[in-house]
Amino acid sequence: MTAIELAVPRRMARPPGRALTTLRRGLFGSWLNGLVTLATVALLAVIVPPLLRWLVIDATWSGSAADCRAGDGACWAFIAAKIRFILLAFYPAELQWRPVLACVLMLGLLAATALPRFWRRELAIAWPAVIAACWLLMAGLPGLIAPVSSNQWGGLPVTLIIWAVCFASALPLAVLLALARRSNMAGLRLLSVAYIELMRGIPMVAILYFAMLILPMALPAGQSMDKILRAIIMIALFWAAYIAEVVRGGLQAVPEGQREAAATLGLGYWRIMQLVVLPQALRVVIPGLVNQAIGFLLATSLLAVIGIFDLLNAAKASAADPSWLGFYDEAYLVVAAIYFAFGYGGSRYSLWLERRLHRERRD
Amino acid sequence: MTDDSKTVPAFAKAGPLRDFAAWWGPRPLAQVAVFLAVIALFYMLASNTVASMARIGISPGFGFLDRAANFEIGESPIAFGAGDTYARAILAGLLNTFKVAALGCVLATVLGVALGVARLSGNLLLSGLVRWYVEIVRNTPLLLQLFLWVALAHALPGPRQALVLFDAVFLTNRGVFVPRPVVDGLPAWGMATVVLVLGAWIVHLWSGRRRATNTPRRVLVSGVATFIALAAILLLAGARVAVEVPALAGFNIRGGASLTPEFAALLAGLTVKFSAAISEVVRAGILSVRAGQWEAGRALGLRDGQIMWRVVLPQALRVITPLTTSNYLDLIKDSSLAVAIGYPDLVSIVNTTANTTGQAFEALLILILVYLAINLGVSALMNLYNRRIALRGEAPA
Repeated sequence: MTAIELAVPRRMARPPGRALTTLRRGLFGSWLNGLVTLATVALLAVIVPPLLRWLVIDATWSGSAADCRAGDGACWAFIAAKIRFILLAFYPAELQWRPVLACVLMLGLLAATALPRFWRRELAIAWPAVIAACWLLMAGLPGLIAPVSSNQWGGLPVTLIIWAVCFASALPLAVLLALARRSNMAGLRLLSVAYIELMRGIPMVAILYFAMLILPMALPAGQSMDKILRAIIMIALFWAAYIAEVVRGGLQAVPEGQREAAATLGLGYWRIMQLVVLPQALRVVIPGLVNQAIGFLLATSLLAVIGIFDLLNAAKASAADPSWLGFYDEAYLVVAAIYFAFGYGGSRYSLWLERRLHRERRD
Repeated sequence: MTDDSKTVPAFAKAGPLRDFAAWWGPRPLAQVAVFLAVIALFYMLASNTVASMARIGISPGFGFLDRAANFEIGESPIAFGAGDTYARAILAGLLNTFKVAALGCVLATVLGVALGVARLSGNLLLSGLVRWYVEIVRNTPLLLQLFLWVALAHALPGPRQALVLFDAVFLTNRGVFVPRPVVDGLPAWGMATVVLVLGAWIVHLWSGRRRATNTPRRVLVSGVATFIALAAILLLAGARVAVEVPALAGFNIRGGASLTPEFAALLAGLTVKFSAAISEVVRAGILSVRAGQWEAGRALGLRDGQIMWRVVLPQALRVITPLTTSNYLDLIKDSSLAVAIGYPDLVSIVNTTANTTGQAFEALLILILVYLAINLGVSALMNLYNRRIALRGEAPA
């Protein structure tokens, strides 16, 4: 309702052809405004030229490390030589089609999930299937596909797989936690609140150390667990607390009358939740979940702290190669661009989705 | 949830038992069973852990805190050397965390408010610039930014070719040197009077808040008066007050306060990352106040500054405060990334402790408890503040 009132006059206030006027008023509308513009231009004049010189003009585009050291600018030749390592890290080169295929599958799954057209029951089957396929591609199968130890995994597929697996497995747990927190059973409520507040109170680094140092000891004697799997379990448990709070916001947005009406029809608690409350609640929080997922993608970079070669750690390791020592800035800028593409694209998508869902609800 | 009557055992008599049953809710036995299952799970994990520790010859307990720690700490607010106890090492780490988190919160708030205002300035160029700053900072990982800041800090020239800003701030690869205020020769009575005057001013501000009489002019006047009083005391006591500016002496830089490259990088990274978040919060808070409030203020003949200060900001703060609180909490938690760039914060020291003593479980337990305590403390403080501003706005006139 307010969206219409706000959107319509704004569109009418800016008739086509007046763009130049808007620009002039926005830059030199008043004395103060003009001064601000000049000061900003001066600031840009200090920052942009040296940056541009380093990035483009003085940069070395091809050649060896020696050519780069001779020049003053960025060493893009280093990126050309090491991009395979940054994206795939120590994965055996002759088997590299497998992580590449895993990435393609994962990105395809994400793209399909992003389109409301594909929001069907099949998607819930596709997720575990694709994740299992990716894991199989990465790890191999003794006897059939050459096995590759998880110590050799790295780069973009590790970041994508850990992110997707953790988020997908945290979501159901988060829904249960959110339901428990809003339940009228005090015991479950207490457990849920304690769990959520505990997890949200401690830093993710502590969780990762827990996965590295304590989890191996907490397993029954003689059992051991893969490092990446341990990290996945702890991160999923950690993220569930954050997602639970988002879901709780959605549950609160569903009017009480909906549940009362469903109860009058004779439905039990789980049927009410499954058929009436959760579909409405989750629909409201999808944009929030997307934003949360972007934050989580950036947070997977913390895996570097415990020595897993995710995208960021692979970039760091690429510049430690003796023949290309020290081109850290270039490596970081490239992975920053990859993270940014996901993050910016995701937040634009979230805004689009919010508008679309809003429109649907109004119709 | 609505079928209470079916499952709650009916306690005929009113009393604490019935109150408890009503609070505990339906299916009481099933809930107890869930509790027991959780306890059993934890018991299983804990007994496995204890058994594993016994296998590698470590006895559980906090006795290791009194043992001597044989490592050095790069920097610490309290004196620490190899041979001091683990307890002291952890305290040093905690103080380091406090140091960077407190400074980070202050700087991020200042920069964030400035950026938020710049974004709303109405100047197309400036607000566009701020928008892209926020997008870039928000959509790249903090750890990556920290790596870049560290690389930058180490790529700075040596002390002799230091980058100098305003002849006072020296940027070198050995750290950042900034001016520092020094007070010399202040006797005890002078110190006591200074504390007294400052205390009086704070009480004055506090009571002004209570009665809502703190206008910018009054705050300014009382502040200037306090400043003059302080200057007079220092003059009478014969104290020397100076700002010690760092300067190049030989091959190094002397004087001023020095920040290690790691500390400077961590502080810069946290400030930049969270200034972007806070600027968005400030912007959202100010935009959340409806345009009608501005129009009503103008109709009453208030100037724009007055409308901002008396009408818009008090309402915007109600949106801003809870969101900033969670930003502060995130900043404190994210200061733990120090461990990845070699700043000896709490997590870094606890990790070293766990590795050198093998008491990983106890060390992590300390870490978790400390972070929970910090979290609860900050939340409680900010809730207190939040309740004050909420009440002030909502109380009927």
